Amino acid sequence: MEATNHIGFIVAAYAAAFAVVGVLIAWVMLDYRAQRRKLADLELRGITRRSATMRSERTMEQAKEEA
Amino acid sequence: MALADFANPSRFLTFANRAIPWLGGVTLIAFAFGLNQAMVAPDDYQQGATVKIMFLHVPSAWLGMLGWGVMTIAALGTLVWRHPLADVAAKAAAPIGAAFTFLCLVTGSLWGRPEWGTYWVWDARLTSELVLFLLYLGVIALWRTVEDPSRAARAAAILTLVGAIDLPIIKFSVDWWNTLHQGTSVFRLGGSTIYPTILIPLFIMAVAFTLLFVTLHVAAMRNEILRRRVRTLRLMQASAAS
Repeated sequence: MEATNHIGFIVAAYAAAFAVVGVLIAWVMLDYRAQRRKLADLELRGITRRSATMRSERTMEQAKEEA
Repeated sequence: MALADFANPSRFLTFANRAIPWLGGVTLIAFAFGLNQAMVAPDDYQQGATVKIMFLHVPSAWLGMLGWGVMTIAALGTLVWRHPLADVAAKAAAPIGAAFTFLCLVTGSLWGRPEWGTYWVWDARLTSELVLFLLYLGVIALWRTVEDPSRAARAAAILTLVGAIDLPIIKFSVDWWNTLHQGTSVFRLGGSTIYPTILIPLFIMAVAFTLLFVTLHVAAMRNEILRRRVRTLRLMQASAAS
């Protein structure tokens, strides 16, 4: 009796929980893919952590020489 | 390997890549078991089947507070030790904590309507929980407004420490004020007032939700570290080009 009276509230609560958890999981997964894609894109253009460091060092050396 | 070694972002990434599939698997098993136990748990003698909403509402409320607790510890790491991984941990926890606080408010509303005859009442417990949700939104907005991550981290850390005052208010609101929300019934002196046939499924669901929080937090921290790497590379590229 009680269950049939309030079944809508119970279903709505569980639906809300599945929706919120689903959105959180999707957000984390999509964000991960997006960041990986951006890093891969930079790597394709030859920009890696090492190359970027070397380039900035080279730029500083050039600046010193010019000075 | 000591726990402090994970404070290195590169080591944390290695750890996260290994741990996330395992954490995800254990979380899935815990939820399968927990949901099964929640469905077969008997109805409450007064509330009937609506007590099943408790298996979502109570863990969500705990995780909403846990999220802010994690951010508070991370805020101390940011302000005292200025550790970048503390910034990452705080930023990654905010949307997850906000989502669980939102879920707590929604499921509480859906539980309140059949039990109290209203979706919402401005009592101390409900209002302090809403304040926590608004604080989460404030911190997320702050992170998005300030472009420099280290400056944003310091501002967010101060707001987090101030906002931590809300945690004991939420916890003790039902003791300090006369509220429509029920008093403490799980962790209390003299033992829980909930019968074990309902209390045990509640604990299993709480463990499942906590595992979900940990999995999502580790994954979101990994994303944030990668985002910072992308930002650093772009900045270095721009400075090298100019």
